[in-house]
Amino acid sequence: MKRTIAPGIVVLLAASLPLAVQADVAADVQQQCGGCHALSHDYASQDISERAQRKGPPLDYAGNKFQRDWLATWLEKPVRIRPAGIFPPARVSQGPNGDVVDPATLPAHPAVPAAQAAAIADYLMTLTPRNDLIKAETWQPGTIAERMGKMNFGKFKGCDGCHQDEPGVGGVSGPELYTAWRRLQPAFISSYIADPVAWDAHSMMPRGDSNSDAVHKLADYLKVIGEKQP
Amino acid sequence: MRTLLLLPLLLLGAMAQAADHGEALYQVYCVQCHGVQGNGKGVNAAHMSVQPRDHTDTQEMSARTDEELFKVIQQGGKSINKSVLMPTWGGNLSDDDIRALVAHLRRMCCTKQ
Repeated sequence: MKRTIAPGIVVLLAASLPLAVQADVAADVQQQCGGCHALSHDYASQDISERAQRKGPPLDYAGNKFQRDWLATWLEKPVRIRPAGIFPPARVSQGPNGDVVDPATLPAHPAVPAAQAAAIADYLMTLTPRNDLIKAETWQPGTIAERMGKMNFGKFKGCDGCHQDEPGVGGVSGPELYTAWRRLQPAFISSYIADPVAWDAHSMMPRGDSNSDAVHKLADYLKVIGEKQP
Repeated sequence: MRTLLLLPLLLLGAMAQAADHGEALYQVYCVQCHGVQGNGKGVNAAHMSVQPRDHTDTQEMSARTDEELFKVIQQGGKSINKSVLMPTWGGNLSDDDIRALVAHLRRMCCTKQ
């Protein structure tokens, strides 16, 4: 009898181990990341002033947003994605020609050891409260002539007012988009372009009036430029 | 009689409250291009082919009606034959929010403090 029970206990313990580890990582993420990143939010019911208080982007829907491998690599070696930080007005000083980003005010994201970065990325990928938005997405990643895509991105849609589509080219208040294809899930890219407010009630990105074809053209362009990145 | 005297004060108070809300919205949605000081020199301006409007320019701003300002915020620059770089904010902001922004613009451009 003992012989049969003992292996059973071992199997049960082994099966519950990942859950225990995940619980540890969840607590770790709450402690290490929760100070700057929302791990749950209800921005829609909050006053607009909350937007200025954010120290980092919300992570509560990270599993609907990021590419897991990119996330793990980035946590290990973080590089700046938002040239003017999460809330640009707090990061500017007055230059002779107007507002300029003051690099001294931009906090650096701490680097995380590889094993911890992998564990955090795995945990964050389990946070998928917006599967509804992802499932509603219809974009089938395609291609577009880069020159046409760039013209659409800049001249026709004005995205370059806030975003860079190549290093140093374009506005600085939004995240750079030349690595968007590497870091974001395809469905998230298209869904967020179409309706950023559905993801974040206080998104600083305008919810435009583009139809899905126009949105998909922009998403195709981000794929084309993203695939060029090392 | 007392009510009649209080009415303008109440209206002024409500307008100031709207403008305060508009100022908070302006900080989130507008300063990136129009500048922290509203002078059209935000952090993105240097990268733009068309320079953002200077909201402190009394003469320029006085030439625009409140309805035009409301429309351009709600429906973007294209709606008044201006640049696509001015986005449509009607999907992010309620009509009341946009009216508050217009009140803030009026206070910024045309009320000397």
